[in-house]
Amino acid sequence: MFASLGVSPINVILGVTVFWLLLGLGGLALQDNRIITRVIFPVGAIGSLILATAALGGLSGVDTAVLPIGLPDLPFHLRIDSLSAFFLLLLGASSIGITLFSAGYFGRMAVQELGLLCLEYHIFLASMTLVFLADDAYMFMVAWEAMALSSYFLVTTDHDQPEVRRAGFLYLLIAHVGAIAILMGFGVMQGGHGDYTFDTMRHGHLSAYWASITFFLALFGFGAKAGILPMHAWLPEAHPAAPSPVSALLSGIMLKTAIYGILRVSFDLLDIQIWWWGVVALTLGLFTALFGVIFAAVQVDMKRLLAYSSIENIGIILVGIGLTIIFHASGKEALAALSLTASLYHSINHAFMKGLLFLGTGSILHATGERHLGKLGGLIHKMPNLALFMLIGTLALAGLPPLNGFVSEWLMLQAFLLSPGLTQAYINMLVPIAAAALVLTAALAGFVMVKFYGVIFLGQPRDAGLAVVHDAGIWERIGMLCMVAGCIALGIFPTFVILHLDFVAEMLVHNSLGTSAVHSGWLMLTPIAAERASYSPLILLLIIVSGVVLTMLAVKKFYHGRLRRGPAWDCGFPEQGARMQDTAEGFGQPIRQIFEWFMGVVRKMPSPFDLHPHYHAEVHDRLWNIFYAPIKRANEAIGNQIGKLQHGRIHVYLLYSFITLLALLAFIE
Amino acid sequence: MSASAIFLQLLQNVLVLLAAPLLLGWINQCRAWLQNRNGAGMLQPYRNLLKLFHKDAVLAHNASQLFRTTPYILFACMWLAAALVPVLATDLPLSPAVDVIALVGIFALARVFISLAAMDIGTAFGSLGARREMLVGFLAEPALLMVLFTASTISQSTSLITIVETLAHKQFVLYPSMTFAAVAFVMVLLAENARVPVDNPSTHLELTMIHEAMVLEYSARHLALVEWASALKLLAYMAIGIALFIPYGIAEAGNWNALPAAIALLTFKLLLAGAGLAFIETISAKMRIFRVPEFMGTAFLLAVLGLLTHFLLET
Amino acid sequence: MGIPITGQIINMCAALLLLIAFAMLSQRRILSLINLFSLQGLILAISTSVVAYSSQQQHLYYSAALTLLLKAIVLPMILHRLIRKLNIKWDVETMFNIPTIMLVGLALVVFAFNLAAPISQMAATITRSTLGIAMASVLLSFLMMITRSKAVPQVVGFLAMENGLFFAATSATYGMPMVVELGIALDVLVGMFILGIFFFQIRTAFDSLDLKHMEKLKEE
Repeated sequence: MFASLGVSPINVILGVTVFWLLLGLGGLALQDNRIITRVIFPVGAIGSLILATAALGGLSGVDTAVLPIGLPDLPFHLRIDSLSAFFLLLLGASSIGITLFSAGYFGRMAVQELGLLCLEYHIFLASMTLVFLADDAYMFMVAWEAMALSSYFLVTTDHDQPEVRRAGFLYLLIAHVGAIAILMGFGVMQGGHGDYTFDTMRHGHLSAYWASITFFLALFGFGAKAGILPMHAWLPEAHPAAPSPVSALLSGIMLKTAIYGILRVSFDLLDIQIWWWGVVALTLGLFTALFGVIFAAVQVDMKRLLAYSSIENIGIILVGIGLTIIFHASGKEALAALSLTASLYHSINHAFMKGLLFLGTGSILHATGERHLGKLGGLIHKMPNLALFMLIGTLALAGLPPLNGFVSEWLMLQAFLLSPGLTQAYINMLVPIAAAALVLTAALAGFVMVKFYGVIFLGQPRDAGLAVVHDAGIWERIGMLCMVAGCIALGIFPTFVILHLDFVAEMLVHNSLGTSAVHSGWLMLTPIAAERASYSPLILLLIIVSGVVLTMLAVKKFYHGRLRRGPAWDCGFPEQGARMQDTAEGFGQPIRQIFEWFMGVVRKMPSPFDLHPHYHAEVHDRLWNIFYAPIKRANEAIGNQIGKLQHGRIHVYLLYSFITLLALLAFIE
Repeated sequence: MSASAIFLQLLQNVLVLLAAPLLLGWINQCRAWLQNRNGAGMLQPYRNLLKLFHKDAVLAHNASQLFRTTPYILFACMWLAAALVPVLATDLPLSPAVDVIALVGIFALARVFISLAAMDIGTAFGSLGARREMLVGFLAEPALLMVLFTASTISQSTSLITIVETLAHKQFVLYPSMTFAAVAFVMVLLAENARVPVDNPSTHLELTMIHEAMVLEYSARHLALVEWASALKLLAYMAIGIALFIPYGIAEAGNWNALPAAIALLTFKLLLAGAGLAFIETISAKMRIFRVPEFMGTAFLLAVLGLLTHFLLET
Repeated sequence: MGIPITGQIINMCAALLLLIAFAMLSQRRILSLINLFSLQGLILAISTSVVAYSSQQQHLYYSAALTLLLKAIVLPMILHRLIRKLNIKWDVETMFNIPTIMLVGLALVVFAFNLAAPISQMAATITRSTLGIAMASVLLSFLMMITRSKAVPQVVGFLAMENGLFFAATSATYGMPMVVELGIALDVLVGMFILGIFFFQIRTAFDSLDLKHMEKLKEE
C-alpha cells in the first residue's frame, strides 16, 4: 500500500516512532489532562494503525536503513524483514485498541502527572518498535534498555504504594540481569571482530560449543523478559501493579519482544541449530506453562491471575519454538514451519486475548475500585457490555472453538501429532508426553477462565458497593471492541492469517504451510493435507449459531414461551445470601488440593471454640525459595562482609586506596 | 459434496436427535432389570421431555441472559457433536470442518457454558457443581484427547472420517495401544456423562451432586433442553467409542446398499454398549469427590501410556 | 502392517500384561489384586501357547500348561485361602497419591523400552518387540512391592515380577530350558507355602500384617 506511494515501510515506521515521541513530549509540555486524553491518545492510536499497515506491507521483503545518529562512527542500523514486520504488525494492531482504551481510562482515573505518563507511554511504544527494527547489537541494547526503563516508570505509576515500588524494583532488577545475559550473547556472537552489526553475526560461523553458549545466554536473557521459569518472579508482581492499559501492553506486547529476541538469535543470527536446544526449550516451556496455569487457578487477585496466565501462554509459545528447533535440526522443514506458525499465531492471539482481558480488568477496577475477586460478583447485570466483551476474551483464552486461542493450540497439537519418525529415540517418547502436558495445560486454562469470569461477572454481588457501579465508558468500549474484533477475526479466518505468517516461516525455516494451508479454499484450514487434518471455524460457528437459532424458533413455535421469576432453590435453608456463594479461594480449592505438593500453602485454621472463626490460606511460590532466596541471602552475606571494610577512619580508607594503587601498578608491570 | 452425502448428513442429524433419549431409556431400563426392578419403560425419557416442554419456566430473580441462552448453546453443541461422528457411513459433509481436536473443543465449549450458567444464579450449589464439573473436566478432556490421538497416530490423521476408514477398512489388525485407549475411554465416558462411579445421574442429594447441582436452577423447557443435550452427549460418546474401537460394518462412501445393514449393526452395538454401561453402573459404587481426580488421573495416564505404546510397539 | 495374526495376538497380550501391571499398581483391594494376578497368569499362558504354536516349539506348550495350572489356578487359590484364613479378604491398603506412583511407572516404562531397544534388535524371535513390555512389567512389579506396606500385596508383587521375567524369557529366546522352568515353578510354589506360614507367624507376633511393625526388629 505504501510501496505504491513510493514510501518504503521502514521510513513509515520510523515516522510513526518519531510521531509518538513528539506526541509524548507534547503531552508533557501541555500538562492538560483533557487534551492528553481526548486528542493525544486517539491520535497515537492512528499512529498504531499506520504502523500496522506499514508492517503488513513489509512482511514480504527486506529493507534496511542506517541512521547517522548515535555515537561517532557507530551509526544505528535498522532493518525490516518478515520476522520483525510480523512483530511490528502485532505491536501496531494490538496497540490500537489499548491506546484507545487508555484515552478513556486515564481520562476517568485520577492519575497524578498525566503528562509524564503520556510521555512514558509513548516512549514505551516507540522503544518496542525500535527493538524490532534494530539491526545491530548497539541499537538493540539501547532500545531494549529504553523499553525496560520506560516500562519501569509505567509500572510504578502508583509509586506512593510500597508494594508497587517493590514490584517495580524486582522488575528492574531481573530485567537488567537479563539484559546483561543478552549483551554477553551478542559479545559471543560477534566473535572477536568488534563489529556488532547483525549482518556480521549472520555471516559469521560459530562452533557448536559457542553456538550453544550463545543460545542459552539468549534463552536466559530473553527468558527473564518473557517470564520463563525460573525468571518469572517479577511478572506476577509487576503486571498487577501497573495501570491496566500498561498491563495490557506489558503482557500483550512486551513479552513478545522476548519471543522475538529468541527467534532472532536462534534462527537468524546463529547459523546452526542443535536438536537438544529444542528439547531444553520444550521442557522449559512445558514447565512454565503448567506452573503458570496451576498458579493462576489459585489466585484471588484478578490481575495476578491474568499475569500467571501470561506465564502459561509464554510457556506454550516456547513449547512451539522448542519443537521448531527440534524439527529444523532434524531436517523436517515442513513440520518446523507448522510448529513455528503455531507459535507465532499464539503470540499474536495472546496479544489480543490478554490485552482485552487486562483492559477489562481496568474497567472493573475503575467501576468498583476492587481487584480482589472475593469482593466482586454479579457484574453482568450492571456492566452488560463489558460482560459480553470479557466473555469473548475469556472463551478465547480458554482455547475454545471457534475463537482464536483454539486455532493456535490446534496447529500446535497438529505439529505434535505429525511428529513420529524423529530419529532420536528419547525424543520420540518425549513427544507424546509433551503433547499430554500441553493438553493438560489447555484444559486447566479452561478451569482458570471459568473461575475468572464466573466469580467476577456471575452470581450475586459479594459487596454492597457493587450495586451502584456503571458500565465502561465509550472510549474504553471502543478500545475493547478493537481487541474483540481481533480475537474473532483471528479465530474465524485462520487461512488469511497463515498466508501472512508464511513469510516468516519461509524466512526462518525455509518452508511454509502456504500452498497446502489454502489448498482446499480459504474456508478450510488444512496445514498438511486435507485427509490428514482440517478445521473450519467459520462453518463450526455457523452450525452452532444456526443450531441455537433453530432450536429457539422450534421451541417458540411448538411450545409456549411462558416465564415466571421466582426465588432460587435454597435447599430448605431460607437465609442464603451472597456470602454463601463459592469464593475465588473455594473455586480454586480442588486445584490447590491436588497440586499442594507443588506449591507452598500456608494455612491458618480457626480453633473450634473461636467465636469469630477466620480461615485463611495463602499460596506461595516455592521456586522463590529455591532460586531467589539463596541469591538474596548470599548477597546479604557478602554485603555484610564488605560492610566490615567500612570503618569511618580516614587513614584506613587511604590505606585501601594505597593498596589498590600498588596492586594496579604491579599488574601493569 | 454430493446430494446423497448431504442427505446422509441430514439423516444422521435427525436420527441422533430422536435416538438419544431412547438410548437413555434403554440404559435406565437395563439398570432397572439388573437391580430387580420393573423400570419405567424405554420411552420414559420422551415422556419426561414432553412434560418439561409443556411446563411454565421458572427463572431465579438473579438469572441473566447468559443463563437463558446456555441451554440452547449446550443443545446445539451436543447435537453437532453427535451428528459429526461417522457411525453410519463415512461420507458426512460436515466432518471435514471439525476434526477430533475441534470435537473435544466443542465438548469443552459446552462444559464452560454450563458451568458459567451454574455460577450465574449465585447459590452455593450452582458454583459447587460448576467447580466440580470443571475439576472432572480438566482431567477428562486431556484423557479423551489422548485417546483420540492414539487413534490419530495410527491413522496419521485427526480427521474422524480418515480415522474410522483406516480402522474399519484396513486388514484386521490388533492394536495394543488401543487396549489402553479403550480402558481410558470408558473411564472418561463414565466421568463426562456423570455416570455412577463419578456422579449419580439419579441422585437427589445436593451435596454429592456434580452435574445435577449445576442444572438445579433450570426448569421446564430449559431443563428439557439440558436433559436432551445430556442424552445427546452420551450418544456422541458412545458413537465415538464405536467409531474408534468397533467400527466394523460401517457403510462406505456412496454405498447405499450397505446402509440398512449399517443401521441395524449400529443399533445392535449401541444396545450392547448401553447394557454394558448399565452393568458397570450397577456393580460399582459412587466414589468420594476427591477420589475423582485420582480416577481421572489414572485414565489420563493410561491414555498417555496407550500413545506411548503405539510409538514404541507399532512404528 | 506385515505382522502375522499370531504376532498381533502376542503384542495384544503384551499390552494387556502391561495394563494389568498398571492396574495392580493402582489397586487398593487385596481381593482384586489376587484376581488381577490370576488374570495375568491366564494371559501369560495364552501368549506362551501362541508363541509355541507360531514357533513350533513343543516344550513351550508344556510351560504354557504349567503356567496356566500354577499361576492362574493354584497360586491364586492358595492366596484366596490364605486371606480368608487371615480374615483380611476385604482389606484396603492406604497408599499415598496413586497418580504419582503411576507417573513414576510411566517413567519406568519409557526407561524399560529404551533399555530393551538394542536387545530386541538382536533377537530374531517373532516376539522381540514385546521385550520392552516384559521388562516394564518386571520393573512395575518391583515398584509395587516398594509402595506396599502389607505383606500379602508384597508377595503378589513378587509373584507378578516372576511372571514378568517369564514373559521376558519367552519373548527374547522362546523360553528357558524345561528343567530351569520346572525348577522355578517348584521354587515359586514352595516359596508360596513358606510365605504363607510366615504370614501366620508375623500375625501372631505383631497382631498385624503391616510390615511397618517389622521396623521394630532392628537393634537398638
